[in-house]
Amino acid sequence: MTDKYDAIVVGAGHNGLVCSALLAKAGKRVLVLEANQQVGGAAITREFAEGYLVSACAHLLYQLQPEVRKELKLATRLVTEDMTTIALGEDGKHVRLKTDSVEGVSDEDAQQYRDFRKRMARFSKLLRKIFNKTPPRLGNQDFQDFLTYAQLGLDVRMLGKAEMEAFLRLIFMNIHDEVTERFEHPMLKGAISLDAVLGTHLGPRSPNTMMTYLYRLAGDQGRTGVPAGGMGSVSNELAQAARSAGVTIRTGMPVKRIIIENGRATGVETESGERFDSYKVISNADPKTTLMKLIGAKHAETGFARRVSHIRARGNAAKLHLALDGLPAIEGLSRKDFAERLVIAPDEHYVERAFNPAKYGESSPHPVIEITFPSFRDETLAPTGKHVMSAVVQYAPYGLKGGWNEEAKAEFMKAILDTLSKYMPDIEQRITASELLTPADIENEFHITGGHWHHGELSLDQFLFVRPVNGAAQYQLPVDGVYLCGAGAHPGGGISGAAGRNAARAILRQEKAA
Amino acid sequence: MTIYQQGQVREPVPQGPLKTPFYPRVAEIDIVHQWHEWKGFSSPDALYCEDLEYFSIRNGTGVFDLSPMTKYRVTGPDAMDYLNRLVTRDMAKIKPGRVAYAVWCDDQGQVIDDGTIFHLREGEYRICCQERHFAWFLAATIGFDVDVVHETEEVAGLAVQGPTSYSVMKTMGVEGLEELKPFGLIHVDFQGTEMMVSRTGFTADLGYELWIDPAKALDLWDALFEAGKNFKIRAIGTHALELARIEAGYLAPYAEFLPVDETIRTGRSRSPLELGLEWLVDFKKPNFNGRRALAEEKRKGSTWRLVKLDIEGNKVADSSYIFSNSKAKGESIGFITSAAWSPVCKQNIALGTVRTPHGKPGDTVWVEIYYQREMHWNREMAKATVVDKPFWFPRRRGATPPGPY
Repeated sequence: MTDKYDAIVVGAGHNGLVCSALLAKAGKRVLVLEANQQVGGAAITREFAEGYLVSACAHLLYQLQPEVRKELKLATRLVTEDMTTIALGEDGKHVRLKTDSVEGVSDEDAQQYRDFRKRMARFSKLLRKIFNKTPPRLGNQDFQDFLTYAQLGLDVRMLGKAEMEAFLRLIFMNIHDEVTERFEHPMLKGAISLDAVLGTHLGPRSPNTMMTYLYRLAGDQGRTGVPAGGMGSVSNELAQAARSAGVTIRTGMPVKRIIIENGRATGVETESGERFDSYKVISNADPKTTLMKLIGAKHAETGFARRVSHIRARGNAAKLHLALDGLPAIEGLSRKDFAERLVIAPDEHYVERAFNPAKYGESSPHPVIEITFPSFRDETLAPTGKHVMSAVVQYAPYGLKGGWNEEAKAEFMKAILDTLSKYMPDIEQRITASELLTPADIENEFHITGGHWHHGELSLDQFLFVRPVNGAAQYQLPVDGVYLCGAGAHPGGGISGAAGRNAARAILRQEKAA
Repeated sequence: MTIYQQGQVREPVPQGPLKTPFYPRVAEIDIVHQWHEWKGFSSPDALYCEDLEYFSIRNGTGVFDLSPMTKYRVTGPDAMDYLNRLVTRDMAKIKPGRVAYAVWCDDQGQVIDDGTIFHLREGEYRICCQERHFAWFLAATIGFDVDVVHETEEVAGLAVQGPTSYSVMKTMGVEGLEELKPFGLIHVDFQGTEMMVSRTGFTADLGYELWIDPAKALDLWDALFEAGKNFKIRAIGTHALELARIEAGYLAPYAEFLPVDETIRTGRSRSPLELGLEWLVDFKKPNFNGRRALAEEKRKGSTWRLVKLDIEGNKVADSSYIFSNSKAKGESIGFITSAAWSPVCKQNIALGTVRTPHGKPGDTVWVEIYYQREMHWNREMAKATVVDKPFWFPRRRGATPPGPY
């Protein structure tokens, strides 16, 4: 027997850190075990080429919940705030999308965009409320659950008749139908479509892409920023908050299994054979990894194990890191525009066509790309005068036919560079080093099943009170003493801290009730 | 997959229900032509006279073709752990050569089906049940090193039930029956083929079930009837067996419970606790399907209770409502699920389901019986007593060695 902890958190992803910090602030003795050498999970900054650093997975901050910032007294410094999304045009005529306005389109489109964003703001506020609550259980007599339902119903009703109808109509729709109803300019339609499908196995015509679009806005109306020092500094800040609240964090300690004795969790065993005891084990790992690998499906009931095994978690987003000896030339961009977010999604059909091959296990020959140059305002990331490009590239299906071997990666890399070259003719000459992380690589490095941002597809059948699955949506698994606090739990992925915070609150509330 | 060319003659697609390995012999005996479909197979309701067939179970030997019974083979290093998680009772206690009556539930503790699990050899099991559950049984393999194979058509089965069944089997030359206790099984040789004999059945009488390669089915039938000719052996149909089943107080799916995966409305399924099967639920096991829900139900109390009823009079209480008073005032407290006049007990018996707290053993309830006489309907409120024990449970069923009747 070693020391006993009130709770052990498996994985120091940003949600694990938030959860542990909040539990420690409530007086709990908490241990966090992280497999990698560095805290942060998919929110880290690391070197990818000598002298070049990059946010290795998540690279933009747009969802961190104010509640998390406040309760943990975070003061994340952003080098760029409220980024403009610049939809790149091959001819140098770009469209600039801001939170409430758009430039480079007709007056009518501009007006439509203002209306659209106003409505989205109202709806996403609603979603944000749900974000920060434990989802109510279905068919339950619990008063807290009833209140949550009632509040949800009231909030929808308070939108007013017209807006309520619009909400109920839109929430199940796909983004393609909405953008084609509203807008004329293909690049505007393309850029909005892209925002709805980033990080998912969905195309703009897939059901519920309206919901995934709103999900993106549920932080701060989609206002996007780049943290100084990359995403790792957010994690470091969280780790600092956790440590000062008394949390013990140990890195390089992969957990082999959650020990189940007599039907309940009693601790964890690390790969190195060390054992740590606690009656509460909180997993920051994805739900599939948690049940299938860490707990063992035999310790759960059949229906539950089957549901978890059926969670759809097929990543599609690849991450591209380029070390550049200088900024590439892009027609029609001023120098300061390199601080913004650039997207290649020239029209709504282009995005859907990029998705088509992914359905059949093939990568996109003409991918959609979200580009940032984090080194532009942050010289800590690259040698002087040199630059880093960090891009999310879709679609690179996790289950690629034939697997992600070197040849397949080279082929996809060529497709990316061909696409980039149309907008940045000199990009290939500027590259001094590169790294392409496919979902398979993301799975390996960050231990996420399927390499999926959200630890499980963000779709209505895996959302809210059925996220990750029915029977585990209240952060507690039907295996006594095991909890979830990661992106696989409600509300989902993105650097929001919501899952970690909700989990901590649910655990504390449960303790109080007991 | 075979791709057929134009003009090529295809093998005919089988039409209608499948025929069991014993079909040629059963069809030969059949004179009443009443068959039904049982999981894709033809199975007889009756063959010549239901009453005679029934009395062969109680006074001689009745032989029932149970080949359509669904069978799964479970093997692999985790076979026992797998079954232990699947069913509610403790399978660690079921040694090789033993058979367990078991019930399995979904995560909500609602019964999917019941059946018998044969521990054929160390780590090798067969599940036998009326319904098909392959999808559920495969889902249950997640996380276990175990193989589950559907083998209904690979094993032919005969139930040989009745007081003279021991004598018939001995005459046929089956050895080792003297020590074979109820819920035991042995492997014996039958004309050079291995045959499994278990002392199990659906009749609550002395009896055996024989399991063999379908290729030897007809030889087995012939040998059995040859050996039984002086022991009043008869082939029987489902109706005779059903009557014996009700006398035994055994449950039947679609009668005493609806498999939960077949229900649409909530509250139409039953838990083992509601079916009088608490003795099969071992809460000492740390995990099994339905454990959490059943523990909760035990704490809060069940909604339903299975009752065995001894009813006054001789009108069969088919599909009757059950009331707590003779005036049928207020809501009914439940309904009859199976009913019969028991010839051997000379009793009007029934199984039913009532709301708790009604239906404790010894309680009096009232059954509203409708019956027809020459076209006209009559109604009768019959007094019934809730009984604890099976209606029919002769000493010979448990005697080892069995008597040479």
